[in-house]
Amino acid sequence: MALTVDTALAVGLALQLLQITLVVAIAPLIMGLTRKVRARLLRRRGPPLLQPYLDLWKLFHKEAVVADNASWVYRRAPYVIFAATWVAAGLVPTYATGLLFSWSADLIAVVALLGTARFALALAGMDVGTAFGGLGSSREMMIASLAEPAMLLIAFAVALIAGTTQLSAIAALFATGDVGVRVSLGLALLALIIVGIAENARIPVDNPATHLELTMVHEAMILEYSGRHLAMIEAAAQVKLVLYFSLVACLFAPFGMAAGDKSWAALALGLATWLAKLLVFAVLLPIAETTVAKMRVFRYPAFLGSAFAAAALAVFLRFVSRGF
Amino acid sequence: MPEVAIGLWCIAGFLGIGVAATILGGRAIATPLVYGATLLVALGAVLLALTTLLGGAAPSTVVLPIGLPGIGAHFRLDALSAFFMLVVNLGAAAASLYGIGYGRHEHSPMRVLPFFGPFLAGMNLVLLAADAFSFLLSWEFMSLASWTLVVAHHREPANIRAGFIYLAMASFGTLCLLLAFGLLAAPGGDFTFAGMRGATVGGSAAALATLLALVGAGSKAGLVPLHVWLPLAHPAAPSHVSALLSGVMTKVGVYGFIRIVFDVVGDFSSWAGLVVVLAGGATAVLGVLYAVMQRDLKRLLAYSTVENIGIVFIGLGLALAFRANGQGPAAALALTAALFHVFNHSVFKSLLFFGAGAVLTATGERDTEKLGGLIHRMPQTAVVFLIGCMSIAALPPLNGFVSEWLTFQAILLSPQLPQWGLKFAVPAVGAMLALAAALAGACFVKAFGVVFLSRPRSPAAAQATEVDGFALTAMLTLAWICILAGTLPGLVVDALAPVARQLAFVALPPQAGLPWLSLVPIADSRSSYNGLVIFFFLVASGTMTAAVVHRLASRSTRKSPIWDCGYPLDSPVTQYSSSSFAQPIRRVFGTVLFGVHETVDMPRPGETRAGRFRMRVRDPAWRFVYGPLARGVLRGAVRLNRLQFLTIRRYLALVFAALIVLMLVVAIWR
Amino acid sequence: MNALWFDIAHLLAAGVLVLSLMLLYQDRITAVINVFALQAVVLSLSVGWQSVVQGAPHLLATAFIALVAKGIVIPTALHRIVRKLDVHREVERVVSGGPTMLAGLGLIALSILLVQPVVETADPVAREDFAFALAVVLLGLLLMITRRNAVTQVVGFMSLENGLVLAATGAKGMPLVVEVSVAFSVLIAFIVFGVFVFRIRERFDTVDVNVLDRFRGERREHL
Repeated sequence: MALTVDTALAVGLALQLLQITLVVAIAPLIMGLTRKVRARLLRRRGPPLLQPYLDLWKLFHKEAVVADNASWVYRRAPYVIFAATWVAAGLVPTYATGLLFSWSADLIAVVALLGTARFALALAGMDVGTAFGGLGSSREMMIASLAEPAMLLIAFAVALIAGTTQLSAIAALFATGDVGVRVSLGLALLALIIVGIAENARIPVDNPATHLELTMVHEAMILEYSGRHLAMIEAAAQVKLVLYFSLVACLFAPFGMAAGDKSWAALALGLATWLAKLLVFAVLLPIAETTVAKMRVFRYPAFLGSAFAAAALAVFLRFVSRGF
Repeated sequence: MPEVAIGLWCIAGFLGIGVAATILGGRAIATPLVYGATLLVALGAVLLALTTLLGGAAPSTVVLPIGLPGIGAHFRLDALSAFFMLVVNLGAAAASLYGIGYGRHEHSPMRVLPFFGPFLAGMNLVLLAADAFSFLLSWEFMSLASWTLVVAHHREPANIRAGFIYLAMASFGTLCLLLAFGLLAAPGGDFTFAGMRGATVGGSAAALATLLALVGAGSKAGLVPLHVWLPLAHPAAPSHVSALLSGVMTKVGVYGFIRIVFDVVGDFSSWAGLVVVLAGGATAVLGVLYAVMQRDLKRLLAYSTVENIGIVFIGLGLALAFRANGQGPAAALALTAALFHVFNHSVFKSLLFFGAGAVLTATGERDTEKLGGLIHRMPQTAVVFLIGCMSIAALPPLNGFVSEWLTFQAILLSPQLPQWGLKFAVPAVGAMLALAAALAGACFVKAFGVVFLSRPRSPAAAQATEVDGFALTAMLTLAWICILAGTLPGLVVDALAPVARQLAFVALPPQAGLPWLSLVPIADSRSSYNGLVIFFFLVASGTMTAAVVHRLASRSTRKSPIWDCGYPLDSPVTQYSSSSFAQPIRRVFGTVLFGVHETVDMPRPGETRAGRFRMRVRDPAWRFVYGPLARGVLRGAVRLNRLQFLTIRRYLALVFAALIVLMLVVAIWR
Repeated sequence: MNALWFDIAHLLAAGVLVLSLMLLYQDRITAVINVFALQAVVLSLSVGWQSVVQGAPHLLATAFIALVAKGIVIPTALHRIVRKLDVHREVERVVSGGPTMLAGLGLIALSILLVQPVVETADPVAREDFAFALAVVLLGLLLMITRRNAVTQVVGFMSLENGLVLAATGAKGMPLVVEVSVAFSVLIAFIVFGVFVFRIRERFDTVDVNVLDRFRGERREHL
């Protein structure tokens, strides 16, 4: 008996570890794919798919240049940002539901963990005391304050339908198909996409490829960083993108995930479908990005407000159709 | 001896310390003696509260033959009182420890020391009082004692104004409470809480009493728009007293509300929940918006207290609504969330005010525009202040997040409520809570970033020195409590179970026995959170990554001047300042709410005069509530002023007219 | 009723409402007109679906009228007007975007709140349609009062009428005669509006309706 419990624990640990390693290992590839697709859409050849790995490798092996007056916050922050993002990504169901630690954080806690990363990033931007860093931090916190209410309402709408905020349980329930066609879910998806775009610093809220001072947010905060510190922050951004892709997949397209039984076939299917979903999203994102233009900073409230409106409407409409 | 008697002895001890401080006078030894004594008594009271709360002792009562003749003064120590006693005396102990060091910098100790003990005594008395008379008396005693501390630095005119407004608001609050008790005591004429609990009050009287309690206790706690005194009065006092005012005395206001509405009134309708939830939501959002826009560090903290009180009241309102609909477990969850936040806020707000006090002693500056770079000069204060900032910004794995998470869980249960108004209002309030949490993040990035990070903005900030050991110990203890309550939230929730059982009639399921020490407020399938696992994962993944990177890749670092995109400027003025950090948020949210108006006067090229940026922020509470009120009172007073300059004949005529009117009234009445 | 059928009916009716909210969000006149056309198409789909669900063939005629008149004819005409008049592409708002959206959400909550208890016993489809229809009507009104541009006001009016049609189909359909006459009156109103817009333009060289106030000497200073 003790033996079986131990093997079950070992298997659970192994599956959890697999997810934790996979989200980090695959993240640069997904980022590379979005860059490649975007470049092709703009009729450029684009960097090779594996370029992000090479970039990280190069940055890791470079000497880190640190400003004279930088404090320990500046040097520790990249690791905190990476760790918080990584832990959050490790807890979002990807290829299977009900992993060993999946209960240790629900949707709200996962979002809050990303908040911890953001807090560290914004502090890092303030540390050296430049105009750019402060500008980035201040704008980042404004965007967060606009995105957070929408995120809570998304969680509310989903929890109304699923009766739980536990991501694993939601995915398992939605995968059964009993939920049917729900306009609330559609609206929540729309809201989550908008919030995801803003949180991942994508066009039209931020441009990940720009260094034009007036428009940048994320890049402004990390302007002073170099070497391994920069690599950590870049890696965290890539993991965050995978996290949001997985979140969308888990909430709105949970088919194929390995649920109760963890047989080899089910796991393989789960992995294959998860990778397929990531690839599809990585192609769709740049397509959406190339069709719109970067917004002015004070247009963000309207853009993120539309996410809020969609999420609120999702909640309201769910109330109406509850009677059925 | 019953527990409540020990509590009363503690109070007597605090009062005695006040007397002793007066006798000791301005001697140098007085400061450590007084604070040391209060520290000991407060620790005793903490112990008492803990044993009462955890031991599950039955409520103990005592009647003293003082107060109103024939009634006496009733005192009672039950689970609710014990919890708040824990909060109050924990804060008091920390403040006393901090005061041993900090008090040495006080330039007029005789204005602080004699009142410190009585202030603590007043707060504890409120918690133990079990009849309306002693409750109101202790309430007023607490207000007056704290007022003397607010005006301790009376040479600054702003402090006198703060003291005046505080006094006016406190009197107004007490008046409301007095009326509420009057309504509750009316049917039986019994002024003890036990009697009022037994008496059945009519629906409208109960409703009115609830509203009066909300206004009366809310004015002490800082509900919008009754909060106006708070950001003036709290920063005016010495920092360890500010910590007590903000972290602890507002909680006594919360206690007053809970005691009257949950315990004494007892009979609810769900609309009361709706009113309280909406008031809480508005308070949370407005409070934090004010906080983001502040330049003064202590005032920023005071406004953030307003926000946190809003969060507490959201939980309390939900608990009222759930309880009115007979949904016990949900009510227990909401109540536990609110009380957990009460505890958390008392810890981290005290910590942050201590930090602000440390900054103040080190630099003599409260204006964040003149600070910066203190992390290099005050490394230990910086660490604990950072922990406080992260806790109050509701970031996992610290304690602020746990109580907000519990509140969110309670909000997510709101669709169970049958009332349609609540169904729509609660998600909206949930969104407001999320907004408040995100803005609190912005607010404390700003507070820490501008004060401790970046380059010093004034010579004073560049030459700061670390504070003394007592202050550091006090802050460090509170920081550890933040971490422990965040990683082991199940234990706190279990400790709150007796209070939940007393007020919501059920408690949350016990958490201590759960595997991995996780927090499961309702059911496994509904939601769970594990601060310990998250904390462990964060630490493990962070250190592991750093170790791997350092070992396998590069660990060489080169110091260099700031790059700043190729245009580094030496002047610290070129950094983002406190006001500029708040600008996007001010523009997005402030334009409508606060009537923010910015004018930029930019000299033309070639002109040598300085550019000018002017900003006007109007507080809606002053603009729409107090401004008109004050103007009305002034106008009335001017009118009445004329009565002072009449001739003798006219005065006689007035007296004569009054006499005639009275006689007429008597004649008609009969 | 089949759950899926209900879900689809719900989806389409809610789609009309969502598009109403999108109308509020749009800033440009052309986008407003396009969203309006899309709303009419979704409305006709919704009405068509209801005719299948309820087994009421005359609703198909309603759907057809909505599709042709409001989905194709009116938007095309509006586009022509905009092109011909070369009016500003940017809509001037009286109230800024954020508060308008919040007000819109509040109106939706209010209409659900009002309708829900009143028809608690009714057929769920009818109940929801009533709530949605009321919300669409209110949002149309809101659009009309928060915009200054005459063309946007016309769109607001038309979208208000969409709400009426939605309400009518929910109530087990209304007689075709009534429907046709409503559609006809809307067309007349549209023509009147069109003439009106052209006249304003001729007279004042703009389609900003505030100019009318100024002409009447009623314009207040802060506008």
